[in-house]
Amino acid sequence: MLSIKNLHASVEEKNILNGLDLEIKPGEVHAIMGPNGAGKSTMGYVISGRDGYSVEQGAVSLDGKDLLALEAEDRAKAGLFMAFQYPVEIPGVSNLEFLKTAVDAQRLARGQEELSSREFLKMAREACEQVDLPVAFLKRGVNEGFSGGEKKRNEIMQMILLEPKLCILDESDSGLDIDALQVVANGVNSQRSENRSFVIITHYQRLLDYIKPDFVHVLSEGKIVKSGDASLARQLEDEGYAWLADENSSDEGLGA
Amino acid sequence: MKDWLGNAIARGELIDDWLSPKRQTSLALLRDSKWPTRRTEAWKYTPVKAVERAALAADARDRDVVAKESKQYSVDGFPEFGMDSIRIKFIDGVPSEDLSLLDLPKGLSIISLAAASSDCNSWVKDAYASIKPERHLFGLVNDVLAEGGVIIDVEEGAVIERPIYIENVLSKNEETHTRILARMGRGSKATIVEHFHGNEQSLNTGFSEFALAENAELEHYRFALQYGEAVSIGGGHFQLASNAILNSTIVGFGSDLSRLDIDVSHVGEHAHAKLNALYLLNGKELFDLHSTIEHIAPNGTTVENVRGIVADRARAVFNGRIHIHRDAQKTLADLNNRNLLLSDKAEINTKPELEIYADDVRCSHGATIAEINKESLFYLQSRGISRANAQVMLSFGFINELVDQMPNELMAEWLRPQLRQRFALMDVK
Repeated sequence: MLSIKNLHASVEEKNILNGLDLEIKPGEVHAIMGPNGAGKSTMGYVISGRDGYSVEQGAVSLDGKDLLALEAEDRAKAGLFMAFQYPVEIPGVSNLEFLKTAVDAQRLARGQEELSSREFLKMAREACEQVDLPVAFLKRGVNEGFSGGEKKRNEIMQMILLEPKLCILDESDSGLDIDALQVVANGVNSQRSENRSFVIITHYQRLLDYIKPDFVHVLSEGKIVKSGDASLARQLEDEGYAWLADENSSDEGLGA
Repeated sequence: MKDWLGNAIARGELIDDWLSPKRQTSLALLRDSKWPTRRTEAWKYTPVKAVERAALAADARDRDVVAKESKQYSVDGFPEFGMDSIRIKFIDGVPSEDLSLLDLPKGLSIISLAAASSDCNSWVKDAYASIKPERHLFGLVNDVLAEGGVIIDVEEGAVIERPIYIENVLSKNEETHTRILARMGRGSKATIVEHFHGNEQSLNTGFSEFALAENAELEHYRFALQYGEAVSIGGGHFQLASNAILNSTIVGFGSDLSRLDIDVSHVGEHAHAKLNALYLLNGKELFDLHSTIEHIAPNGTTVENVRGIVADRARAVFNGRIHIHRDAQKTLADLNNRNLLLSDKAEINTKPELEIYADDVRCSHGATIAEINKESLFYLQSRGISRANAQVMLSFGFINELVDQMPNELMAEWLRPQLRQRFALMDVK
């Protein structure tokens, strides 16, 4: 489904990603962990098409479609969704208007008709309920005055409404108390299916207790230095990242 | 056009009613006034030529043939707020119904200016033209010529739940001078809505004065929605006694000439004024907003947000003055004007002015040409919304933010589609 090959990217002339490789098959959940500054968020931004990141080398494709050649909006229409770590507040644009426009754009891209206001409102109410957000939030400006946890839940609600193929969750667990964490995790789990894949960027094992990953990767200095199953996350939680650096340097030693 | 002014003075001299002493004072000031030119500071960016054109048209039409009462009006956008309001409708300055028949709650009196007489309303004689500063030339003309208007009196402690909605229909070749004088007693609460609309060649001056006694609370709206060839020059003038609260929202469309002068005077301590103004201009329209906030007494606060979207060859003029007098210590005042320009030929002339004579105040002001926030744009695009569509949403959101702040949500819901409709006609780059 998602294929990242030898991805090199930089921000303001600073190399962040240095040969990232990742293959994700339909229905899989991959967790990306790693120390601060490893390039986890950058990976998400480069894939979703944010300005300010230049890709020097490599390829990213979603179901064979070259994502890097597309505008951000077309990546979304191709089935990509990213839940942001810090969603922006957009006062003056109501959440409802925003969500309906986004859902309609998706539907048109899939050859479906736009929803009537009534149909959409029903859907949106259900989605609100699912992520435990009061329906009144639909009337407010996008993320306007939302708490950190409410913003995260709003991201998950968008994911539910947009029905993407591939979801990248960028630290969707940060700043959440245990109840909110469960809401987010339940939201994600409800969307798991054999046709939908997830990339979960996180610092902590905690979220992975609720969302069981098929694979765990450690990103360090812009590339994946270790991959394993869910047990790797527990090991990292217990031992930190330092042992990986030792392991890698000894690997290199052996190779040389 | 001196002729029009001379003519207005001559017409004013013929009016003999219970307000004559007040009218005479303004007449004297008018006789000494000069017709504005490009060199007149208050009219530097706003040529008054459109006034001449509109006045000539009004003058040329045969007043006898078109009897106001018999006219058929197709009123566009007659508002259905989805709420109960006290409705007063003026068609070209003439009340469409007998105001004495209004069903009013206890503590509220509304009478027509023409029906008022000096014996029952001595306060009116004192207040009329005393809140509005003398420097507004067209305000003086209005003092002299206003015959259509309302006098609103809210008794001490009265809380008027239903908004008082005053509609002014401006129609072709009419010259009208409308007036509101409102007095709000201590601790009273009310909502007053002024709505102007019309787009055919016409000339209107519409000035309103509001005196808020201690602890009075006024929610005020002025929808200056005339456009096209409807020339309108008006003012809203507010006097705030101690602890009075004013929350005013001004919405302007541009026309050949659309001008508003707002004055807020903090004469009592601890008064609070919130002013949100927004304008949406297209074509060759002009909208000019001059606001002056006088902090005379200490501990007052003012927050003024002025935002506009200017498209095509339209032009906005904003002059925002905050004057903090020597005794007005501990004043907090914040004024900003943000503009979104949608074309290279659109123009903004904006000037915030601070004049501070007290030393312990906190004051800020600013004027900017706003740009669409890139983060927001990416966020919308990342959800599959096209760049073009996202730009439209964000541009509209820029002014809608102030609509969202309107205290009356039903009113906001009424206004929003009208703004959207107008905005849809604009080209967003």
